[in-house]
Amino acid sequence: MKFKSTLENYLFVLPAVLIFSIFYIIPFLWVFQLGMYEWDGIMPTKTFVGLGNFKEIFFQDKIWWQSMFNAGYITFIALTFQNILAFLLALACDREIKLKNFYRLIFFIPPVLSEVVVGLVWQWILDGNYGLLNGWLVHLGFPQFAHNWLSDPQTALTTVAIVHSWKGFGWGFLIFLAGLQTIPRELYEAARVDGANAWQSFKKITIPLMIPVTVLVMILTILGTMQAFVLIIAMTGGGPAYHTEVPVLRILASMRGSSRFGYACAQGLSFGLILMVISFIQYKFSSRARKI
Amino acid sequence: MKSTLYYKAKKVTVNALIHVLLISVAITCIFPLIWMISSSLKTQETIFSDTSLIPVKMHFENYVQAWKEGGFGRYFLNSIFYTVSVVIGIILVSSLAAYAFARFKFPGSNLLFFMFMAAMMIPIPGSFVPLYVLLTKLHLRNTAIGYILCMINVGLSTSIFLLKTFFDKMPRELEDAARIDGCSKLGIWWHVALPLAKPVLAVVVVFNALAVWNEYVLALIIFDSKGLMPLQVALMTFQGEFITRYPLLMAGLTITALPIIILYILMQKYIVKGVTQGALVE
Repeated sequence: MKFKSTLENYLFVLPAVLIFSIFYIIPFLWVFQLGMYEWDGIMPTKTFVGLGNFKEIFFQDKIWWQSMFNAGYITFIALTFQNILAFLLALACDREIKLKNFYRLIFFIPPVLSEVVVGLVWQWILDGNYGLLNGWLVHLGFPQFAHNWLSDPQTALTTVAIVHSWKGFGWGFLIFLAGLQTIPRELYEAARVDGANAWQSFKKITIPLMIPVTVLVMILTILGTMQAFVLIIAMTGGGPAYHTEVPVLRILASMRGSSRFGYACAQGLSFGLILMVISFIQYKFSSRARKI
Repeated sequence: MKSTLYYKAKKVTVNALIHVLLISVAITCIFPLIWMISSSLKTQETIFSDTSLIPVKMHFENYVQAWKEGGFGRYFLNSIFYTVSVVIGIILVSSLAAYAFARFKFPGSNLLFFMFMAAMMIPIPGSFVPLYVLLTKLHLRNTAIGYILCMINVGLSTSIFLLKTFFDKMPRELEDAARIDGCSKLGIWWHVALPLAKPVLAVVVVFNALAVWNEYVLALIIFDSKGLMPLQVALMTFQGEFITRYPLLMAGLTITALPIIILYILMQKYIVKGVTQGALVE
């Protein structure tokens, strides 16, 4: 009877464990193995190269490091421009303001759209010849600013970063707003009675209490933005001349373009390790924040 | 001493500035979508010159053409099929497991649960490379079932987490009553636990539906046949083949975006709940 009951319990988790083992654990372990081989993905034989792939990534693959730099740049814009905008909007919506729910509805529309849709629509707006933005610039009397936003190496990366921020700020906005709403109103009341002005209570109450939420939003932004790539496929495909190339796009190119499956796995591993370190710092920070 | 009029004027100014900020950001959010719809109603001849937001003559036949000749009708049905299958799969598989993790104690249950949670924390960028190899070996590449199973796995960990958190807090009285009435474990899960979990199931449904509908890269590497492609991959393929056919492309984009916007507006409550809960719990 006891045995039958235990068996029944296992049957509950069996489908989940089975799918997870086949589609998560096996591929996860394969990455470590394949990363040490040179393999085109088709041939039955693989050539063992040890740490050769990693050596190549770290010492020879200049485009890989450029893609890391590009992802870092987009992440920097997301951390500053995108998150500051999200925080300001959350502050504005935290007040007793008309249409609060309407704004909350609108600001989360870009995040629910797919990166393909967002990328292709913005590519059309930013098109160098027929795009609406250039049309407006000419119409308003600034033809000198009109140019090919996405194929000019000078502007391509920043343009992509700004569209990425447009798509992503709604996440930070919602989380910041939820954080602001957990701050007890009595604290502000008490501060006002004690003679504090709006700026003082913002500095002494809002900012310190929002630090844990801010750390969380920052880490989510870093992890999300470093791994973003579909938006870039849809807007520039990584061009012009690798100026908007990002790491996951390189992994995809190693696999599909040059058919180097082992190298692609090694790139994924090195990149994953860097992200793990960031994740770990997140964990440390959030557990410390909880203690406060 | 400053008059009350001064404070009133200051407050009105501050409020006005706040509204200007909010309204301009809101316009920036919606405008690209309006432009997308507007462009989808113009013709190949007028689209490059006509910058009006509401075209004088609306060419709804673009949608018919995109649906039929562009093949978006087929891709749309594919996307619907994948989304519905994956969401149903995730609901069944993850709620069974989450219920067992919350209610039964058996050897290894903690370890298994920890395994699912660890998967949420460990990022594996480029996991599509080994998945491609795996599906090729299993002869599941370029099949609908291969894609569906992969996507069920993608949503599994978070869904188990959300559901287990809910079941942990759920009172046991109803389940006890059902047990005394002779209901089996499976019967209790289906007749008692699942109906009670409706609010959290709504969150699971919305987030996974969004994720599957918007998914691109796995579909890209898994499907070779056009007949199996979902919308996201089809859009990129269409753009690559007919680079200047903007009215049709914009019609295809609208067909892709509209269901998601409608789903979002209907289920906004659950999305806000999911984002804030997920974020503030971690």
